[in-house]
Amino acid sequence: MTTKTAAPQRLRPVRRTRTNNARRRESLTALGMATPAVVLLIVFLVVPVALAFALAFTDARLISPTPARFVGLRNFTQLFTDPVFYKSLRNTIYFAVVVVPLQAGLALVLALLVNAKVRGINFFRTVYFLPVVTSMVVVSLLWTFLYRQDGLVNNIISTLTLGHFQGPDWLGDPATAMPAIILMSVWQGVGFHMIIWLAGLQTIPAELYEAAELDGATTWQRFRHVTWPGLRSTRTFVLVTITIAAFSLFTQIRVMTQGGPLDSTTTVVFQAVRTGYDQQQTAYAAAISLIFFVLVLTVSLVQRFLTREKD
Amino acid sequence: MVFRTRRLAAASVAAAAATALVAGCASGSGGSSSGASGDTLTLWTHNAGNSAELDVVKKIIKDFNGSQSKYKVELQSFPQTDYNNSVVAAASARKLPCLLDVDGPNVANWAWGGYLAPIDVTGSQVPVEDQLDSTVGTYNDKLYSFGHYDVSLAFFARKSVLDEHGIRIPTMDKPWTKDEFDAALAKLKKSGKFTYPLEMGTGGSGEWWPYAYSPQLQSFGGDLIDRNGYKTATGTLDGKESVEWGDWFQSLVTKGYMAKKSGADPNKDFLAGKSAIQWDGSWNATKNAEKLGDDLAIIPPVDFGKGPKIGGASWQWAMSSTCSNKEGAQEWLKFSRQTKYFVDYAKATSTIPATNEAATQVEDYQPGGRFAVLVQFAQKYATLRPVTPAYPYISTEFQKAAQDILAGADPKNALGQAAKNIDNNLKTNNNYSG
Repeated sequence: MTTKTAAPQRLRPVRRTRTNNARRRESLTALGMATPAVVLLIVFLVVPVALAFALAFTDARLISPTPARFVGLRNFTQLFTDPVFYKSLRNTIYFAVVVVPLQAGLALVLALLVNAKVRGINFFRTVYFLPVVTSMVVVSLLWTFLYRQDGLVNNIISTLTLGHFQGPDWLGDPATAMPAIILMSVWQGVGFHMIIWLAGLQTIPAELYEAAELDGATTWQRFRHVTWPGLRSTRTFVLVTITIAAFSLFTQIRVMTQGGPLDSTTTVVFQAVRTGYDQQQTAYAAAISLIFFVLVLTVSLVQRFLTREKD
Repeated sequence: MVFRTRRLAAASVAAAAATALVAGCASGSGGSSSGASGDTLTLWTHNAGNSAELDVVKKIIKDFNGSQSKYKVELQSFPQTDYNNSVVAAASARKLPCLLDVDGPNVANWAWGGYLAPIDVTGSQVPVEDQLDSTVGTYNDKLYSFGHYDVSLAFFARKSVLDEHGIRIPTMDKPWTKDEFDAALAKLKKSGKFTYPLEMGTGGSGEWWPYAYSPQLQSFGGDLIDRNGYKTATGTLDGKESVEWGDWFQSLVTKGYMAKKSGADPNKDFLAGKSAIQWDGSWNATKNAEKLGDDLAIIPPVDFGKGPKIGGASWQWAMSSTCSNKEGAQEWLKFSRQTKYFVDYAKATSTIPATNEAATQVEDYQPGGRFAVLVQFAQKYATLRPVTPAYPYISTEFQKAAQDILAGADPKNALGQAAKNIDNNLKTNNNYSG
């Protein structure tokens, strides 16, 4: 772009003012193009974040005849004595710790399979990607039925074991509710990261594989020394996006379990939404969101540090 | 280069700030009154998707618009699930319509929050005193809302099934006692014909929980909050009687009388014979009677010690405090208070008409009608959910406690935690006094 407009002007160096004018016009254009994005960012990102910071130290409510007052750290002291908050925190971390390696690993395996040059591969790519384009609410509703005591999952288990084993009430039992949600979430999300891995795989030059093959490298060695290093930046991206998505676990919980049974599936975001909307405690919810923000920020920074370019 | 970048940044921030300012002004410039442009008033209802009830609302609006030439009411309908959020959002933006409907238990909260204005409907065809108590919304001794109908909960069962198992069919004079009810459930369970003899809709969510189960808690002698001043829940919600209710409620699941989480359509399961006794709303009475005919038994709530109880209050009409044409809004409210409209609602939605006079004009609900007993339930057993701005909070806490109890939590702990949370909420809100 720049060279195209600048080139003819260089032919006529006499008219320097024109260059300045052109530059000014250019920066005006840039400004015009940046403004919508900047405005949207400010209105929907910067302002809400700033508001959350401010509200967390007040007693603002969703419905209230009195204006919000500054109450200092009251929301936070209340939060740190709230047993449900600790359960939410623990569940969120539990979910992330299991989902991140599981989903990233499974997605990589699928990507490697789908990257093979066999017939009908587009069919499999579509099949694996299908859950991703289905709304999470729909997926959650469907799986709620699958997971019922007399649902499809238990019917299959019963049939496979010839009726010797009766499956649990997946979402109604504190011991199985979270694993059931993890399984479903991985199933839903794995296709998306498969596509990202796939994109990464296809940036690796085929010559490297040919060279490795000529050198007599085994399949594993090719993966270890060509594929894995070649996926470096993809890896960072997948890791960061899965982690952040895992921390913001909400839709499945809202639709399938509402945090129950016995708080075994409540998460930080779910608690913030429940507190803010259902219980009308805006300020308290802002405090929870603030903690969530700090949590995600910390994890992202740690990840950035661990996956930094070492040279 | 540096200079340009900086200027660009500065300009962007300035542009963004200007936009934000404009946006801010726009939301602020609504001023303190809206909901009407001149004599055209907007009306909001939660009935989108519920055509039977919406048609009645439309009819009243059409009649009103045709009855005089000064005012004109315009309808806007929302799906029920989004309705409350829309009202709260509109209220924060000061964009509430003049007329809106409100779920009974929320009236105190919205009135306290300044969304609603007190109404004066004297001079309308039906005086407020003629209505069922549960269909009138008052807060701080002022009238804020009224409804055209109420609903009632009842136990539905098949007479033949109860007779077969030697279970007495109770009447209002002699409702089931706790022991009798438990014995009946034990018999039904033992017969082996029902996986779960009792169906109380435990798969439901939201307001269903306090609506369906807190009257049982009250029948045990407990309550959601100490109604004397509404200042504390400790000692009431976690008191001895309330814990007894919790133990009993939990035992329904542990003894296998009731599903921990019932199916998607409990009424269908009952009609299909999967359950013997169903705790359900009067809204299903017609459907049940059509399917079961004379075999249908409509059974009063169980008397757990303090008499049978059901929850009162359904959707009601109110006027927003920001309405710029309060005279017009009250004209519509008054106009809607004609017996024929009370009758229309009851007929269209098989709900209980709010006045006796209207009840006499609806075949099912007039004395001797097949559902007349439901009117008496609403008259004699209805208990309002606590009339306090704290109610939405209390409702969510009770719901969580009840769900935890069914999931196996210790009832004393679950109710104790709920009571503690409610007290804390009351304290941090200065008992909702200001």
